[in-house]
Parts: sequence; C-alpha cells; structure tokens
Amino acid sequence: MKTINSEHHLDLTNEDEKVYSTLNLGPTHPATHGIFQNVLTMNGETIVSAEQTIGYIHRAFEKIAERRPYYQITTLTDRLNYCSSPLNNIGWHLAVEKLLGVETNKRIDYMRIIVMELARISDHLICNSVIGVDSGALTGFVYLFQEREKIYEIYEELCGARLTTNLGVVGGFDRDFSPLAIQKIRDLMKGLPKVLHEFENLMLRNRIFMDRTIDVGAISADRALNYGFTGPCLRAAGIDYDVRVQEPYSSYNDFDFIVPIGQNGDTYDRFCVRQTELWESIKLVTNALDNLPEGRFNTEVSAFFMPPKEDVYSKMEPLISHFIMVMGEIDVPTKEIYKAVEGANGELGFYVVADGGRAPYRLHFRRPGFIYYQAFPEMITGASLSDAILTMSSMNVIAGELDA
Amino acid sequence: MEYSILLQELKNKFENSILSVDETADIFTVIVASEAVKEMITFLKEQQNFIFLTDLCGIHYPEQEKELGVIYHLHNLVANKRIRLKTFVTKVNPQVDSIVSVFSGANWMERETFDFYGIDFVGHPNLIRILNVEYMDYFPMRKEYPLEDATRSDKDDRFFGR
Repeated sequence: MKTINSEHHLDLTNEDEKVYSTLNLGPTHPATHGIFQNVLTMNGETIVSAEQTIGYIHRAFEKIAERRPYYQITTLTDRLNYCSSPLNNIGWHLAVEKLLGVETNKRIDYMRIIVMELARISDHLICNSVIGVDSGALTGFVYLFQEREKIYEIYEELCGARLTTNLGVVGGFDRDFSPLAIQKIRDLMKGLPKVLHEFENLMLRNRIFMDRTIDVGAISADRALNYGFTGPCLRAAGIDYDVRVQEPYSSYNDFDFIVPIGQNGDTYDRFCVRQTELWESIKLVTNALDNLPEGRFNTEVSAFFMPPKEDVYSKMEPLISHFIMVMGEIDVPTKEIYKAVEGANGELGFYVVADGGRAPYRLHFRRPGFIYYQAFPEMITGASLSDAILTMSSMNVIAGELDA
Repeated sequence: MEYSILLQELKNKFENSILSVDETADIFTVIVASEAVKEMITFLKEQQNFIFLTDLCGIHYPEQEKELGVIYHLHNLVANKRIRLKTFVTKVNPQVDSIVSVFSGANWMERETFDFYGIDFVGHPNLIRILNVEYMDYFPMRKEYPLEDATRSDKDDRFFGR
C-alpha cells in the first residue's frame, strides 16, 4: 500500500492515485450479531477483498466430549447454534439412538417434530427479523421477538430452561407434554399466522427492502454446492436438498410439507425461503399436535433412562440403574456412525466413533455455519459495506456454532 | 446406483490404493492409501456424481503404525448415497493431498483438521490455524494431550472404578 502526505489532493478518477483502505469489521461490531472479524480492503465504498478471522469463542467441545458420558454431551450441543438449541439436542439424541440401535415410538417422534419445528420457527424468526433490522426496518424485529418469547415460554414449560435447553434424553423425553404446554403451543399456532402475515406485508413487497436485498450477496447453485452450503442458504440457490426429505428421521415421512427453493441465491431469496419454511413449520407443528398418538414419552433405554425418583428411593433395580447412569458407566457398541438432521441453518451432522467406553472415542460436529461461512468473501466482493452486513445476517451464521 | 457396482469401478481404477472396504458400516466405507485420496475424490465427484462434500475431519489412533487419519464424507445428492473415505498417515510424515481445488468447502475443514491434528494438506492455499491461537505449538486433539490437568489430585478415577 502506498503512503500519501496530507497536503496532497487525491484525484480518485485517476487510476494511479487510487488508494485502498483497510477496514476492520468486528470482532465486536454491533451489526455483525456475534463475534466475527472481517478485515476488509475497500476501494471507496466497494469491497475489494475480505479476510475472515474466526475462533474467538472456541471452547474445544470436541475435546471435552471425549471425556464425557454420552448423555452429558447434550449440554455441549446447546451451545452450538444457540438460537435453536432443542434441535441440536434432539439431533444428538437421534445420533446416540442410531449408535445404540434404539427405535422410538410414534408419540416420541411426533413430540420431537413439534419441538424441532418450534426451534426452527424461533431460529427463522430471529434471522429474518434481523435481516429487517440490518436493512433499516426495526419494527418487524420487535414485533417478531414477542412471538419468539412465546416459544421460549414453551421451552420453559417443557424443560425448565429457555436458551440452553438440554431438552429431552436419549430415548425420548424426561417428562410428557403438560396440558399447559400443549395449550401454549396451540395458542402460538393460532396467533403466529396473523403476525407473520403482518410481517410479510411489511417486508416482502417493500420497495426499500427489495432494493436492499435483491441481487445482494448472490451465490450460484454450483458454487453453493462446491462450498458445502446446506439448509435455507442452499435452497435459496435452487437446490432442493433437505435432510428431512432425503433421509427422513423421527417420522418426518408421515407428514406432507413443501421444501421451498429460491432462484438467485441472493439475500431476498434466503429471506423468502425462510419465510416459506416458517409456514411449513407451523403446518408441521399443528399436524403433529393434532395427530399426537398415545404412548410412552420415553423408550426407557437401559442406562440412559433416569428412573422416577420415588422408585430410586424405594426399589433396588431403579436404584442400581440410577447409580449406573449417574456414574456414567455405560457400555455402547463399538461402532462408528454419521447422523444428520436438518438444523435451522443446514445439515447438522454428528460423526461419532465409539470404542465401547463411557465417552465417545471421537466426536465431530458437522456445523453447517462453519462450512458455508467461508464463502462470505466471495459473496461480498464488489459489494458495498452495507450490503456485506445484510449478506452476513441473511446467511444466519451463529458464532457459537462457527467456533464450536 | 449400487455400492457393489461402485466398488467394482473403484477397484478397476484404484486397484492398488484400496486398502480395505467395510460394507457393514452405516455408510459404505473405503480405506484408501493417502497418495490416491485426491484422485479418488476427483473420480467420485466427476464420474460418480458425489458432488457434495459433507464433512472432513481428523482422528488419532496412537496404537496404530499410521497414527493419524483423515475421514471424508461424500454425498451423491442425485441417488442419495453417501460414502465415507478414510486415509491414514504417520505422525512423522502427515502429508495428504489437499482437495480444495476439487471442493472449495474443504478449505476451512482442512484448516480445522490441521489445527487440531497437525495433518499437512499438501497444496492447500492457506494452511494456518483456524480456531486456536496462531502461536499454539501443539495439536490439541491428539490423544497424548489429556483433557484435564494431569496434576489434579482431587479427582481420582480409581474411586469411580475407572
């Protein structure tokens, strides 16, 4: 980079006089919604290149997991994509169940679908309303956050926690849905469509919003696949890959739902894909709740099922299994598995290598955000700084998931 | 597309490089010599429609002669088939060909694997640490680094029957 003295008058129309400036976007920039550092090289208002630094909140989850009993790893998954923790929890439980060869009954499957789709709704609500904020429309954000609050109240009713939920156990749930929880879900499903309609009226055909998002941060289907995109970002580019359809888990094949796709892979398409998925998720939750079968809420996998406390105090066998579980002396088959679920922002995969002991020999999280965020410089080169902010929020990159 | 046909094609092309095959695993698994891994992934992508790199990660088996491993998960989105490739290298010569030129998405995955296991991806455009600090001088996911402080005395595993 060349230096210029302060007296010199720059003629920016002259190619030889052109000076690039370096701009630090982050690590703690309010517009990036998380700890992301991007060192941008700017030509005036235009981004010439970007260099990313990640790892600011790296917590070595994969290493920690190598010493933890399987059921204690659930709390680590909470902290990956913390906007949709229950989805990660259930994904992990499904992975352990695949390792153990456990089949769950329809009631558990449907209950899981309800919780997973609620998590997807809450994640998409945050992402889409934040796209609104970054393009200058704060109203929708405040409005949708009230609905997200209702979902967090449902989590609270289901498991007692709001953000880091640690929801469910291997083999199902630790308690059944309470009547109040079911009532709250029904109320939400009744109220949410109205709010979503209003939000869509505010955004979808809004001239300012369209001008800010159409053709911004676009990526072609080919490049998206090459970069390992999954989830709404891939679907916005026109590839209808959804793990729920390709490799159905938890009885998703019992339900009828649309996998929306976009055309241009730009910020507007990503917004629209998420918006359509919200409607599909509402449909899924309502259908699953209406057809919720009777049955047990837990498969009672031995050494993974915590017996009721009164039995532990009064009977021998529950006391033994309680002790075994708490001390973590669990035997699992020597096996390796890969289990993927459709997370809120893409294919969330768990690659588990088990050597039979109490903890996995190796656990690798396939974090969708980590894989597709590396395309960010390519997507913003040639765009302006404000477009880069919008592109980042529309990619739904979550710092916790990025850094594991 | 059947795995038996795929295996036959792979065997025709990479006869000496396929070390073993595991058809009983949840995903069809092939263990490949490290020299051939890039060529095989290119073949799978271009000829067999495995157009999607799902995952790439490392593993460490201290008791093996070739201690360090790299595991690739590829996905054929058209036929909805997955394949898992594994390759092993020694700690002294941990060289594996980089596949960034085949899949752009492999860039950070390889950097992560380098960061935690010290696998040297030959031909990678920017092989530096990604999640850990730059001045770290060891590879923390290797098994010789225990998770907890070895000098800790308040937690004795013998009391827990381990």
